[in-house]
Amino acid sequence: MSELERHSYDVLVIGAGGAGLRAAVEAREAGLRVAIICKSLFGKAHTVMAEGGAAASMGNVNDNDNWMVHFRDTMRGGKFLNHFRMAELHAKEAPDRIWELETWGALFDRTKEGKISQRNFGGHEYPRLAHVGDRTGLELIRTMQQKIVALQQKDGEQYGSMESNIKVFAELTITEILKENGKISGAYGYWRESGSEVLFEAPTVIIATGGVGKTFKITSNSWEGTGDGHALALKAGANLVDMEFLQFHPTGMVWPPSVRGILVTESVRGEGGVLTNTTGERFMFKYIPDVFKSIYADNEAEADRWYTDQDNNRRPPELLPRDEVARAINSEVKAGRGTEHGGVFLDVSKRLSAEIIKKRLPSMWHQFFELAGVDITKEPMEVGPTCHYVMGGVEVEPDTAAAIGVPGLFAAGEVAGGMHGSNRLGGNSLTDLLVFGRRAGIGAAEYAKNNGKNPVSEAAIKAAAAKIQAPFDREGGENSYALHAELQEVTHNLVGIIRTASELEDAIAKIAEIRVRSANVSVSGGRKFNPGFHLAFDLDNMLLVAESTAKSAIRREESRGGHTRDDFPGMNNKWRQLNHISSFDGTQVNVREQALPSIPKELFDLFDVHELEKYMTQEEIAKGGSN
Amino acid sequence: MARMINLRIWRGDSTDGGLQDVQVEANEGEVVLDVIHRVQATQMGDLAVRWNCKAGKCGSCSMEINGKPRLACMTQVAAYDDEETITVTPLRAFPVIKDLVTDVSFNYKKAMEIPAYAHPAELAPGEARMEQVDVERSQEFRKCIECFLCQDTCHVIRDHEENKKSFAGPRFFIRIAELDMHPLDTLRNRKKTAQEEHGLGMCNITKCCTEVCPEHIRITDNAIIPMKERVVDIKYDPARWLGSKIRKREGII
Repeated sequence: MSELERHSYDVLVIGAGGAGLRAAVEAREAGLRVAIICKSLFGKAHTVMAEGGAAASMGNVNDNDNWMVHFRDTMRGGKFLNHFRMAELHAKEAPDRIWELETWGALFDRTKEGKISQRNFGGHEYPRLAHVGDRTGLELIRTMQQKIVALQQKDGEQYGSMESNIKVFAELTITEILKENGKISGAYGYWRESGSEVLFEAPTVIIATGGVGKTFKITSNSWEGTGDGHALALKAGANLVDMEFLQFHPTGMVWPPSVRGILVTESVRGEGGVLTNTTGERFMFKYIPDVFKSIYADNEAEADRWYTDQDNNRRPPELLPRDEVARAINSEVKAGRGTEHGGVFLDVSKRLSAEIIKKRLPSMWHQFFELAGVDITKEPMEVGPTCHYVMGGVEVEPDTAAAIGVPGLFAAGEVAGGMHGSNRLGGNSLTDLLVFGRRAGIGAAEYAKNNGKNPVSEAAIKAAAAKIQAPFDREGGENSYALHAELQEVTHNLVGIIRTASELEDAIAKIAEIRVRSANVSVSGGRKFNPGFHLAFDLDNMLLVAESTAKSAIRREESRGGHTRDDFPGMNNKWRQLNHISSFDGTQVNVREQALPSIPKELFDLFDVHELEKYMTQEEIAKGGSN
Repeated sequence: MARMINLRIWRGDSTDGGLQDVQVEANEGEVVLDVIHRVQATQMGDLAVRWNCKAGKCGSCSMEINGKPRLACMTQVAAYDDEETITVTPLRAFPVIKDLVTDVSFNYKKAMEIPAYAHPAELAPGEARMEQVDVERSQEFRKCIECFLCQDTCHVIRDHEENKKSFAGPRFFIRIAELDMHPLDTLRNRKKTAQEEHGLGMCNITKCCTEVCPEHIRITDNAIIPMKERVVDIKYDPARWLGSKIRKREGII
């Protein structure tokens, strides 16, 4: 066997979506040598799929907006299960992160005064989302991709080589995060192209691998969303927090089958799109929960007026937080008022002219016209819920994004937990990845400066290499594609949008059984660009994530945000005080309860006490926030 | 409503390869990438194909379908006759790695050669003011999903490996145009370097790139031709060159 390819860096960033790239920029600007690793080509990460915008209270469209309003909206959207400090940092720093992108060349849509335009979105009190038509994610990723190139050009001038201090390793999968003496020492993986193995030695690793959507059958996520970072962190000794919370985006395409799950941006509703069932009823008025009755219109006339006069009317219920809208659509379809393909109608053609629709929602028009043969300027779209985002993730220290329990490990973006509580507001993920990507970069840079190299032992290398070789040495074992399809059936049917104890028990048993069989996966063909081989490793990650989700879900005996229990339909204030912490003991995932950090007085006081009474116990209210 | 279709797939690597015929089921509404995935899951577990979003937004699944550069996720199976064999082959302008996957690193090298955006030093974050009409010119080019179909189809490099060294290709002409038309960019001479360092002059505006662009970016009309015209002006009229730069600077308030 040829000699092992080895690299040595200060900071290793796994994932080249928004969070990873933002972290890499920060770590390089702090003077460190940085490697960026991605499973796909550079610039293809799932961030490109983000459509609607990036939420930041710049106040360009309505100057009543500020970080406190944004903070309140985020906490409400997450049903007060958010880590208050993350929500606070996010709301405070989001505007600076957006303006910073402009200094790197980003071109957002503008207001009449020439400022960055902001649009309405579910759960946000004021127009808050900076956007570029409906391709905001592409703008973010391209801007940061080009910023990385700018840093490389600078290094080229200074050091003679553009890749001397920051380098992208594209189409490379990490199979293991390595530790020595309890601290991070690097990571091990393989080139997808050749199948040959690579060792990275680095005292810090930033996980920025995104989500877990591919665990589910109907998802808006690409093949990359296999929970790699969640699983790598668990195996490295970190915790996952609140993995029961999955966001089912209310509007995914439902027809034809080949596009089922592909995202239909919330901007369609932000721009005036209306949801109706097959009886023609605009059904969302029936589904406004008590906690939101004061800010959402209960009749069509008021809802329609809101689009032109937001100061004197309540918002249309189509713009409720995503969990509410997804459950409403699910209920309508179950009640027999859905389309033959199991969706409902979303129509923007009656409110906006064809010209405006094509200008504001160009990629939606394109997507429906080319993939479904539907002209959304003339006809309604058929939509239904699709697995979109995981609120749960690596438990981190909010200010530094350091993973709790593993010195040298950091996590940012979708893979990190806590920021969004039980439900994420649309638009908050793009600013989440900027705010906490940057903080992870700073955190990792400081750690790397204070902790020298931590060499990887030969034993660790041998063990990691043996795992990669194993599926090739087995013959006639299980097929990874078939096992993946089985897992997706289990999660879809038993751990989906509506859950019950008996089904979750069933799911836990079935996931364990698939995991036993997955240990016997064999791979046909060689190592060179072999998707069957790649999936074998992704599958292992998805199984751990699914186990963590099912085991957290069965314990939470209430319904909140992205976790709905048929057998426990209401919110329970007792559960609001508890996070679920998943850890891995080498054989299985274990879940325990942990008290939520209590909100400090200055943040507590931002809310009307009567609102907090809906979420908090009398004792918490009496305490009035910790000091 | 599933039917069997004939698919012909190029399989092999840089050393050897050829077309293989398979029969595969296709359902209503499916795209070519769906049937390739079905072949992969049921008949050829190690068939190599790149893809990500499956919604025409990431530009990963670029290949040639019946000889035309296309995104496999945006090409309906129903667009071909029932009896027609659909032939899928890797992008021809780039070296094959395996099956439908090619080495597109040429594009990333070219990206590194285009000087980055240069923000005005005196303009602090949050202070930029730009008109929507002014940002829209560059926004058209920033729609690019980097599928590299324009690079693949461009005959300057498609059959002329020797040109690659001195020719950046349509993808990077729109990148230069985007920066050149950016209301705030302060770097001078972008058009001149496009001509002198990135091979703009080698393009003879056959518009093949515009035709294959899945984002319908008017690469030739809105980026390449205006730059070529201005390059000519600049070459013969220094006063006009200076004027254009002053106007650009006036856009910064």
